[in-house]
Amino acid sequence: MTDVRPAHPNALPARGARGPSGGLRPAHPNPLPARGEREPSVGETGHGRPLLDVRHLRIEFPTRRGVLTAVDDVTFAIAPGEVLGVVGESGAGKSLTGAAIIGLLEPPGHIAGGEILLDGARIDHLPHDEMRRVRGRRIGAIFQDPLASLDPLYSIGSQLIETIRTHLPMSEAAARTRAVELLQEVGIPAAARRIDHYPHQFSGGMRQRVVIALALAANPRLIIADEPTTALDVSIQAQIITLLRRLCREYGTAVMLITHDMGVIAETADRVAVMYAGRIVEIGPVADVIRAPKHPYTIGLMGSIPSVTADRERLVQIEGSMPRLTAIPSGCPFHPRCNRVFDRCLHERPELFDARTSRAACWLHAGES
Amino acid sequence: MSGPTLLQVSRVTKVFDVSPPWSARVLARQPRLLLHAVDDVSFAIRRGETLGLVGESGCGKSTVARLIVGLYRLSSGTITYDGLDVGALAKGRGPRSLRRKLQMIFQDPYASLNPRWRVADIVAEPIRAQRLLRGNRSIRARVDALLTQVGLAAADGQKYPHQFSGGQRQRISIARALASEPEFLVCDEPTSALDVSVQAQVLNLMRDLQRQLGLTYLFISHNLAVVHHVADRVGVMYLGRIVELAGKATLFTRPRHPYTRMLLDAIPDLAMTGKSRVPVAGEVPNPLSPPSGCTFHPRCPYANDRCRTEVPALKRAPGDEGAADDIVACHAVEESRLDVTPRVVRMAEET
Amino acid sequence: MSANRVAVALRQSWDSDLAYSFRHSPYAMAAAVVFLLCVGSSTFAPWVAPHNPFDLGQLDLSNSLKPPMWLQGGEPAFPLGTDDQGRDILSTILFGARISLAVGICSVLFSMVLGVGLGLLAGYVGGKTDAFIMRVADVQLSFPAILIALLIDGVARALLPRAHESLAFYVLVLSIGVSGWVQYARTVRGSTLVEKNKEYVQAARLFGIHPLAIMARHVLPNVLGPVLVIGTIHIATAIITEATLSFLGVGVPPTQPSLGTLIRIGNDFLFSGEWWVTLFPGIALVVMVLAINLLGDWLRDALNPRLRT
Repeated sequence: MTDVRPAHPNALPARGARGPSGGLRPAHPNPLPARGEREPSVGETGHGRPLLDVRHLRIEFPTRRGVLTAVDDVTFAIAPGEVLGVVGESGAGKSLTGAAIIGLLEPPGHIAGGEILLDGARIDHLPHDEMRRVRGRRIGAIFQDPLASLDPLYSIGSQLIETIRTHLPMSEAAARTRAVELLQEVGIPAAARRIDHYPHQFSGGMRQRVVIALALAANPRLIIADEPTTALDVSIQAQIITLLRRLCREYGTAVMLITHDMGVIAETADRVAVMYAGRIVEIGPVADVIRAPKHPYTIGLMGSIPSVTADRERLVQIEGSMPRLTAIPSGCPFHPRCNRVFDRCLHERPELFDARTSRAACWLHAGES
Repeated sequence: MSGPTLLQVSRVTKVFDVSPPWSARVLARQPRLLLHAVDDVSFAIRRGETLGLVGESGCGKSTVARLIVGLYRLSSGTITYDGLDVGALAKGRGPRSLRRKLQMIFQDPYASLNPRWRVADIVAEPIRAQRLLRGNRSIRARVDALLTQVGLAAADGQKYPHQFSGGQRQRISIARALASEPEFLVCDEPTSALDVSVQAQVLNLMRDLQRQLGLTYLFISHNLAVVHHVADRVGVMYLGRIVELAGKATLFTRPRHPYTRMLLDAIPDLAMTGKSRVPVAGEVPNPLSPPSGCTFHPRCPYANDRCRTEVPALKRAPGDEGAADDIVACHAVEESRLDVTPRVVRMAEET
Repeated sequence: MSANRVAVALRQSWDSDLAYSFRHSPYAMAAAVVFLLCVGSSTFAPWVAPHNPFDLGQLDLSNSLKPPMWLQGGEPAFPLGTDDQGRDILSTILFGARISLAVGICSVLFSMVLGVGLGLLAGYVGGKTDAFIMRVADVQLSFPAILIALLIDGVARALLPRAHESLAFYVLVLSIGVSGWVQYARTVRGSTLVEKNKEYVQAARLFGIHPLAIMARHVLPNVLGPVLVIGTIHIATAIITEATLSFLGVGVPPTQPSLGTLIRIGNDFLFSGEWWVTLFPGIALVVMVLAINLLGDWLRDALNPRLRT
């Protein structure tokens, strides 16, 4: 946290605001400026004011062996109606970031720094009751295991109706009508009959549809979807992805899609943030990041995915494995595995530099603008 | 690649009795519940090749793996390895040498290593059990060599499994499987619990080992891209049956069975960023009460009355100039009701 | 080799989470101190105790029923007073606790070995063996433990009328032990069913390792955690069962009194005002059982990964 960042992390740089070397940009007088000072273009989507704005988020876990920093200085924004994919391998901190936004961090994990703004208002450190109202009404959540999100003791109808009535002023009958509509919307056949069924009477794919209906129940403007397709078979995965994408387009819902699967991101997201060891190492439009990744980690990651169209003798291999939280390397956390490492990487932590249309946290891109 | 047949699986069926306990069943007057996990499956694997087996969860691919290594007993059919009967292994008989030659790599790197054993003891276990080497010193040397071979340090042998990451644990599993100098490895989803970059490491390692040691693989996965990368030939399973079996090039460019096409369509293609595709409707039916006839017919756009009543046999497609063992079980293909234009061309037409 | 492995495993777990949780649990530490004091002082009772209550030569009836030393008529030689035969209460407690602890620990070890063995067998072999063992367990569970212990004790008395006095200890251990195995068997069977389907057990089968060796070397070490917890708490239960049996007069003979026997003897004097004869053995029993239970509770929490932070 020694170097100073531009006003908005995803904002395009103001021309001339930076010296010839990206690492030596002039210090901003106020690292967390007021609304009015912020640069107008947010993200690379140009939707105006961001719906979700995460700045310098830091999540810590105090343990008896010291404090572990699981998410370190993560900054990104999601515009209304935008789908941001957050991709990374296990331990990258992507799910924790999602959990922090919906206020469901498991203790002893806690937000130790930074802020989370929804529609311009801070939602980190809200009291439990208020956060519960935000969750559901303004942010919906979809998790990997649909069974964990559904109460086995209640019919899906009563769970849907309860969620709708908690957040929207509706009569029982009107809520039921809406629940049936929602179930039809997510593609559950014979919705009027199946609304009274219990979660165990649905298959895995159908359950995930019900969870999506629940997340959409109060018509939130943002959905956090954490590995929504990981537990499903490939053919069902494709159905769920298509559904999610269609609904978001129709309702104008923004989505933060957390997954380890680049394929899902490629199909669904507008922009993608690649996380490594608790940090964002690259963020940019999905086509650019996938076709021309900038950070050596993303390059390696893309090369390591087997393809059904290309025949390759060997896959690109990133040596080693993700560092444990107890031993995150100094400087750039990727440097021990990087094949283009140089002196500076060992000691100085790179911030997100512009690399054509994306931004990459890599000293190789420090000179570009 | 086309060596002599090493493993022959002939008309193998595995039925699990999933009925409730006898007393409860008699009291409730319920019939026995039988799950046909594997139904009349036949295939052959030649020495030195990799056969991939793909399918969704519950299609019976893992059961096939366990039948081959003798963890389950066959309900009917035969499996022979180099002419020797593998079925005897499950009954605790069978030649010791066969035990040695057939090994398996499991899916879950967290459950496949005993958490209370040191890595060196884990890797040495098959050596000690088969009495392949005598004397602690020679065993120790062999373990060190095995660990080095899979890309770990010899010193790692003194650690416990929980000190390793998922990928490293899978390397330990591989070292253990190699300890008895096997010829044939059954790999049951060996990388599906791993992250992609680690998956690449393990897949590369497995390929290197195949080259160095002349191994033959049966590679089971739900991930078509992974199977495409490792396999020479690919079998596609659906509800306990093989619906299509073909060389890799044929299967991925000219898939015949509608289910194979559906699976291929379901792969998110990184090159097609932003492009939409039509997902196939429906889900895998309950295997306890599979559909009549061709089990895929409720989801198949080409199904007709014949498909609903008659089980299709695996045979060569009409007008197929490909290899003799490219076979498919589909009435629509047999009746030429289905176009078999190469997939690349189809994709181009759609865009 | 395997003993060495066990030692290493023990040291490892001791170095890590268990020791940490112990250091941060004042109840557990206090309980451990009390328990060690109980074990230590009763084990070394012949050297620690001021008198040997069972040495008839030391007994003097003129010392009978003396109150504790801080009351009028008490003597410093008998800090907690004496009973009707002039035996020092403190010494009888120390010697009695020795028998109580021995019965408790031995019977728990007995039921542990029986229960773990049968549970492992039932879980690993399955099928008819499993059904048979578990039905026997069900039948056994429908009798109260005390009833089974009384039954065995009665049978032993009928079969060995003369040798019974000398064998009383073993009969007691047997009867308490037999009534306790079911809990171990059920727990171990459950964990075995889970472990046996884990891939490391399947891998061991692939190497052609004998089922008994798989059970002993792979499954057993991984199902022992809950067994230790139950065992610890069971020691307390066994001590109480022993005390109850002795109180009912079917336990150890009065010539070698356990805490239960002491309480029973003292009970006769409760209404004549000599409360100390029964109160102090009672307190000793409660303190010892409480300490063991607290230790057991702590162990259960410490070994439960879901409660670990």
